[in-house]
Amino acid sequence: MAILEFEKPLFEIQQKIEELKKISESSGMDVSDKIDLFEQQALEYKKELYAKLTPAQRIQIARHADRPTFLDYVKLMTTDFIELHGDREGTDDRAIIGGIAKLGNESVVIIGTQKGKTTKENLVYNFGMPQPQGYRKALRLFYHANKFNMPIVTLIDTPGAYPGMKAEETAQGTAIAENLREMAKLNVPIIAVITGEGCSGGALGLAVADRVYMLEHSYYTVISPEGCASILWRDASKADVAAEALKITSEDLLKLEIIDGIVKEPLGGAHCDYELIANNLKKTITDAINELKNYAPDKLRNDRYNKFRRMGVFCQ
Amino acid sequence: MTVKDWFEQRKKMQIARRDQDPQIDDTIGKLWVKCYNCNSQLLRKEVEENLDVCPKCNYHFRINARTRINQLFDEGTFEEMFSNITTADPLKFSDTEAYTKRISQAKAKTNMNEAVISGVGEIDGNQVAAAIMDFEFMGGSMGSVVGEKVTLIMEEALKRKIPMLAVTASGGARMQESILSLMQMAKTSCAVARLNEAGLLYITVLTEPTFGGVTASFATLGDIIIAEQDARIGFAGRRVIEQTIRQSLPADFQTANYLMKYGQIDMISSRAELKSTISKIINLHKK
Repeated sequence: MAILEFEKPLFEIQQKIEELKKISESSGMDVSDKIDLFEQQALEYKKELYAKLTPAQRIQIARHADRPTFLDYVKLMTTDFIELHGDREGTDDRAIIGGIAKLGNESVVIIGTQKGKTTKENLVYNFGMPQPQGYRKALRLFYHANKFNMPIVTLIDTPGAYPGMKAEETAQGTAIAENLREMAKLNVPIIAVITGEGCSGGALGLAVADRVYMLEHSYYTVISPEGCASILWRDASKADVAAEALKITSEDLLKLEIIDGIVKEPLGGAHCDYELIANNLKKTITDAINELKNYAPDKLRNDRYNKFRRMGVFCQ
Repeated sequence: MTVKDWFEQRKKMQIARRDQDPQIDDTIGKLWVKCYNCNSQLLRKEVEENLDVCPKCNYHFRINARTRINQLFDEGTFEEMFSNITTADPLKFSDTEAYTKRISQAKAKTNMNEAVISGVGEIDGNQVAAAIMDFEFMGGSMGSVVGEKVTLIMEEALKRKIPMLAVTASGGARMQESILSLMQMAKTSCAVARLNEAGLLYITVLTEPTFGGVTASFATLGDIIIAEQDARIGFAGRRVIEQTIRQSLPADFQTANYLMKYGQIDMISSRAELKSTISKIINLHKK
């Protein structure tokens, strides 16, 4: 597993404890009480470390190579998943995957951006950066959910919509805009979760939802801190400063009333315990669906409109 | 100089010019200006009388929101609304300069209080609700105020059951309000959904330049989408794309003509014909 820069001291302590264990085994000396103490201290240190992460360090966790992907969550949270491919206009964008599945007792349409864990996989999934055709596939699946009265779940982990020549030629902006507008019209509950990176319009294009949640260490922003730094500071190396200024953590967004809740991650980040994070996520989503499915379509649409209508801070 | 060098130099000059702001050069005195496109020296008065279009090469210069309103609406009919809504600094944002300072500089420079003017006016006698953006105010970026004023005027169109017109000019979402700016894309697009459901006509005019979060929200959601001649329109910026794909892009990339070729807009209109085009469209949709 990849070790992040700020985790190195912790990793070294853990290595020392392992060495100590080996020595005590081979020499027959019983130092188990010492080892227990050290392990306790290491755990305390770990808790402290993760309680005080800077936004830039949180981003490293959100971008961790081993972070669970959309397909991991689908596998761990749902049963009978059937992928539905293609935008019906010539393309099956692999950066957005969608299908139907059972989440608990509920049939849902589940859609998400997909990242890879290896370079080879990332080339297939384009690093989780959708083309317009991905958003159009998602829209087609939104309509499917609407037609068959199934709740929609979207899981978002994207560095942004792909900035490419073909993407522009096939109207990236329009594809995202149409999703924003059409999601407002849907009659079924929509639950969106930022699971890793939630960058810009590329994330929002799947997130005009009745409930929006973030995993604890995910981030959600108008522009990547690197992009912001190079534009406003004219210096990409100021990304850490920009990450601080942009207020992108789950706690910031909860405080700003942009999201409805935070899904707690295991100590060390979601990649440390797939089962645990999938269970936490599943519970959050199921609770939301159970509440929202009591509402009539008119109320759902009105509440969704008012939810986004309220967002923004200005003087009057 | 070899022929090869000459071509190299020419190419460099073209790139340099392309990266230049496509603006009228008014640094050469009060009476004269220089055209960005054809380099002609022009009398300022002559350009202004020609709707800020170059009389020599027909290049359309950027114009501000108030000039646009004067060109599009019947004289004296436009009434600005919601101008009491002004910028806050919810994140206490500061980059190389404080956001509050950037705002006061923009206000002083443009004599506007934000990057959009909302209001209701008449176009050839038809009442129209309109949001007119101004690129000079912080690059026409959309923060909470722009999002709110665009949404409010769409709700006004709903109330009065009149057509809605948006004239866009924007570099995208305003970074200084971070996530709140992103959410304005959702808010304005949800308001367009309501216009759609009420069967009201929504026309958008994309002008030089329209990019990012504005392209990816209310700008491209018009029932009819008009691009003004010489406008550049896109989602991602040219340089970002070039860095990503590591190849240079065609010269006409993201121009109105380019978007027309790829079926993204209904038409391109010259500035001179814009008012009559909008007017015709409104009349054709009258019941």
